[in-house]
Amino acid sequence: MAFASLIFLIGIVIVLFKEALPIFQKVKPLEFILGKAWYPTYSTPEFGILPLILASIWVTFGAILICVPLGVGSALYLHELAGLKQRAILKPLIEILASIPSVVYGFFGMVILTPLLQNLFHLPTGLTALNASLVLGVMATPTVCSLADDALNYVPKSFREASFAVGANRWQTLTQVVIPAAGSGISTAIILGMSRAIGETMTVLMVAGGAAVIPHTFLEPVRPMTAAIAAEMGEAPMGGSHYHALFAIALILFLTTFVFNIIAEMISRRFRIKLGLSG
Amino acid sequence: MKKNIIQNLGFIGLSLCMLITLFFLGVIIYFISVRGFKVISWEFLTQGPRMGMTQGGIAPAIVGTFYLTLGAILFALPLGIACAIYLCEYSPKGFVVNLIRISINNLAGVPSVVFGLFGLAVFVKFFGFGISILSGSLTLGILTLPLIISSAQEALLAVPQSIREASLSLGATRWETIKNIVLPTALPGILTGVILSIGRVAGETAPILFTAAAFYTRGYPKSIFSEVMALPYHIYALMTEGVHPDQQTAIAYGCSLILLFMVLMISGIAIYIRQRQRGIYG
Repeated sequence: MAFASLIFLIGIVIVLFKEALPIFQKVKPLEFILGKAWYPTYSTPEFGILPLILASIWVTFGAILICVPLGVGSALYLHELAGLKQRAILKPLIEILASIPSVVYGFFGMVILTPLLQNLFHLPTGLTALNASLVLGVMATPTVCSLADDALNYVPKSFREASFAVGANRWQTLTQVVIPAAGSGISTAIILGMSRAIGETMTVLMVAGGAAVIPHTFLEPVRPMTAAIAAEMGEAPMGGSHYHALFAIALILFLTTFVFNIIAEMISRRFRIKLGLSG
Repeated sequence: MKKNIIQNLGFIGLSLCMLITLFFLGVIIYFISVRGFKVISWEFLTQGPRMGMTQGGIAPAIVGTFYLTLGAILFALPLGIACAIYLCEYSPKGFVVNLIRISINNLAGVPSVVFGLFGLAVFVKFFGFGISILSGSLTLGILTLPLIISSAQEALLAVPQSIREASLSLGATRWETIKNIVLPTALPGILTGVILSIGRVAGETAPILFTAAAFYTRGYPKSIFSEVMALPYHIYALMTEGVHPDQQTAIAYGCSLILLFMVLMISGIAIYIRQRQRGIYG
C-alpha cells in the first residue's frame, strides 16, 4: 500500500504516453508543438498547439506579475511586521483564500471582473488573457505566501541578530540578510506558484475567452492548454485523433509541471543544506 | 535619517501587499454572499431544478457532491494512512523512501485536469465503470492521496519518540505500539488532514468533468454506476450552457454561496483544530 502514490504516478505517465502517442503517427512532434493552427474538428483537421502553449505562457506570466509581489510581500509582512496576535488571524485568512474552489474563482471572474474590464478598456468581450491572469494571480498568491513564509521562518535568528549588531536597521536586515538567506526558499515558492497557475483549469476555462489563436495583447481572448483539454474532451470521439491530441497536450502539461516540481525540490534541498538544516 | 525613510516606505509597501490580498478575499466573499443569499430558500436546498434550469433548487447537486466526496475519502483514507505509517514507522531510510517521497510531491503537483484524463482513460474506459460516481470518486481519491499522506506523516512525526520507546520497553510489539499508542496520539492531526482534503475534494471540478458529472439528472443517483450532478460542476454548467443566462447566473450565485460556505466551514474547522494542536506540541 505504501507504494500507492508511486504506482499512481507511474500509471499516469503510462496512460498519458499510451493515449498520446497515436497522434504522433499523424503529426510530427515538432509540427504538433510549433504548428500555428489548432482546428481539430475540421474535415481536414490541423493539430498545431503553439497558440495554446503561448496562451498558457502569457496567462501564467501575467499571473506571476500579480502573485509574486503580493505573495512575497504578504509573507514578508507576516514575518517582519505582524505580531503574534496578528499572525494568528492573518495566517488562517490566507489559508481560506487558498481553499476557495477554483470554480468559484472562475465564477467571480466571469460575473464581476468581466464587465469591469470590458467597460474599462472598451472591449468587445471582457473574457481575456488579462482577466485570466488577474484571477490566476489572486489564486496563486496564498500558495506563494505560505511557502515563502515557511522559507523566511527557516532563517536562523542569529543571522538577524548579527546584522542588528553591526548597526543595520530592520529594513536593511530584511533586504540584505534575511531575503538573500531565504532566497532559494522563496524561489521555490515562486516556482510552485507558477506550477499551480499553469495547471489551473476551471478558472481559465471560464474567463480566458477560449479563442485558439496566437495572442498579441493581454486584451484578447485566449485558450490555454488546460482549457482546451477541458472544453474539447467532452466532444472528442473516443479513440479519434482529436482525443489523442488532447492527451498529448496533457502529457506536455504533466512534463512541464513535473520539471518545475523537480527544480523546486532540488533548490529547496540545497537551501536546507545551506542553512544547516537536515532534509 | 535616510535609511529610516527607506525603511518606512518599504514597510508601507509590505503592508499594502497584505491589504490587497485581504481585499480580494473580502471582495470575493462579499459579492457571493450578498447576491447568493437572495436566491437561497428552503425550496432551493431541497428540490431539483425545474423549467430548463431557470427555477427550482440544487438538491441533487448537493447530494451528488456528498457521494463523490464520501467515495473519494473512503478510497484515499486507508491507503493514505497505511502509506504514512509505512514511511514513518517501518521503512528503512534511503533510496526507496526518497523515491516514494518524490513521487508523493510530484503527484501533488499534477494539474487536476490531468487526473481527469487519467480517470477517463482508466476508470471510465479501461475498467468500464462508465461516467459514474465510482469513476469520479476514484479519480478524486487519487488526487487527494498526497494531501492525506503528507498530513498523516506530519501528525505521526509529531508523536514524541519517548512514548514509542516506553511502549516498546513494556514488551509491546511494534504493531501493538503503532495501533494502541502512536495512532491514537496522532489522531487529531490525521483528522485535520482528512478534513482539509474533504474541503478540497468537494470543490474540485476538472477531475469530474469527464468521469462523473452531468448537468441534469432526473432525481437522485440510484447506484454507484449512475452519473451525478455536483455543485462545482453545476456552477460551471450554469454559466456556460443553457439558454437563460440571467436566471442561470442568479442560481449560480446561490450554488457558489452554498459551495463556498461548505468548503470554508470544513477548512475552517481543520485550520482551527490544527492551530490548537500546534499550540499543544509547541
